[in-house]
Amino acid sequence: MSLPARIVTLVVAFLAVAGGAAFLAVYFIGGNPPVVNYSPMARGGVVNVVLQEDPQNTVSSEPDWVSYFVQDPTTHAWIHTTLFQVPKDTRVNMTILGYDGCTPLRNNYWSKVQGTVGNSVSVQQFKTVGQPLGPPKTVSVIDSWKSCSVGHTFAIPGLHVFVPVASPNTILFNKNACGVSPCTSGPHSMEKFSFMTPDSTGTYRWQCLVPCGGGFLDGNGGPMQTIGFMMGNMEVSS
Amino acid sequence: MAESQAPATPAKAEPNHGMRIFLIWIVLALAADLLIWFVWYPHLPPGRMTSSASSQQFDIAVLALAAAPVMLFVWIYFGYALVNWHHRKGDDEDGPALFGHTGIQAAWIGGTAVIVLAAFVFGTVELIVPDGAGSGEGTTPVWKPVGSNYLQVQVIGQQWQFSYRYPQFGGMETTQLMLPVNRPVQFNVTSLDVIHSFWPYLLGVKADANPGVNNVAYTTPKQTGKFVVRCNELCGIWHGAMYGYGRVETTSAFAVWARATELAEQRSGILRALPPYSLVYDPTVIPQLGVTLTKVSGITGAAGYYYPPQDPVTP
Repeated sequence: MSLPARIVTLVVAFLAVAGGAAFLAVYFIGGNPPVVNYSPMARGGVVNVVLQEDPQNTVSSEPDWVSYFVQDPTTHAWIHTTLFQVPKDTRVNMTILGYDGCTPLRNNYWSKVQGTVGNSVSVQQFKTVGQPLGPPKTVSVIDSWKSCSVGHTFAIPGLHVFVPVASPNTILFNKNACGVSPCTSGPHSMEKFSFMTPDSTGTYRWQCLVPCGGGFLDGNGGPMQTIGFMMGNMEVSS
Repeated sequence: MAESQAPATPAKAEPNHGMRIFLIWIVLALAADLLIWFVWYPHLPPGRMTSSASSQQFDIAVLALAAAPVMLFVWIYFGYALVNWHHRKGDDEDGPALFGHTGIQAAWIGGTAVIVLAAFVFGTVELIVPDGAGSGEGTTPVWKPVGSNYLQVQVIGQQWQFSYRYPQFGGMETTQLMLPVNRPVQFNVTSLDVIHSFWPYLLGVKADANPGVNNVAYTTPKQTGKFVVRCNELCGIWHGAMYGYGRVETTSAFAVWARATELAEQRSGILRALPPYSLVYDPTVIPQLGVTLTKVSGITGAAGYYYPPQDPVTP
């Protein structure tokens, strides 16, 4: 092979490898779900954030993975993501709709509500949307071992926020669980709590502490380790 | 016909290279060791926050003292050879023949043996005297603090958060590690899922957190202040974010905090919700429900199997 042919071959091979590496990097690292920006909606140092957790994610390539969804504050559409942005030094009024059934916590200590305003949450169960099973209750512990009452948790360890998310009524859930994501009907819980964002910007990871990756080692693989399902980031902006 | 030869120049007397090297070495080695002991040692990590941290700082200083002269000798000999014995233009002669030297060989072997044996003895003593030097000693520790007035703290690892139980305070559990100054502490380290490693660096403590195993480590806090607790075993995607904070407080401040925390956990009901204190936990057993979840192969690993698919609580 002549020298020019060898050089051309080498350059083409190099470009192929570099291009492949760049594609993989963009596909796997840069392929994050969208960030739902709540910052423009903040008023008077308060912002409202709404999440839901589902027993499945039928709008993804992993339909049997449990999953959180984030509600778009403008359109109220449910977005398949776990990335959201809130302003710094702001009170976040969080609402989580729990459509998934109960699972005992591996460490029941996470049944305790920590880091919220008043170290408590408001919990209400619903037969379906608009049909409450009773009035909301303010609690500081949801004992997942006393009765199977916790579906998942919402934890931001960097802010010391640990919140067990109540599950729907078990009997109703076993009869009529939501099977299509994002859930818009079916038995669910509604949990409300507030916490303060820090006075500096940054990225705070959040995760579920129920090892709910069924079928994975220790229940901690799959959705537990994938952005867009049971873990994500809360971006605190200026 | 015989070639005419230039008259031989008189041989220049070789200087005593060994003495030169020794003198350079002894001066620099002394200076280095003085710098290490008086300048570097007080600032060496991990500091002097606990007995084990102090002993580790001392160990590093002593090893540096021993290593500096050896390292300097190698560098000085190397530099001296480069300056004095490098190839010179026009000099095509072979170097002088090398012969064995019993004295040098004996000194080399003897010196090396002394250094290695001294390091062995020093290391062994420094492991035993500070009660295991802050390392995890397994389930049956050999080296314990004198007396039994130590504070017991259980460290529980879980992807990706440490929590701490205090069996002497009703079995309360916290996410922040609080310790009193001047009281020996017994860490009982375990995990609920994969292998983690409990590493409060400034305390000079490091112990693996294995599921189903109680790994015991000791230390005695000597200074009040804040410290960071990190996981030091790659334990999943958020391993790098598995860290938290702790404080060493005065005895009275710790007592106030412990009583207040225990009372708060009693009032909130979380103390009743926790399982009875145990050195290890089987995450497949839910005592309060009176249910032992069935173990099914292929679902999870580590200490046991979890979440069987036929169980109604399957996520």
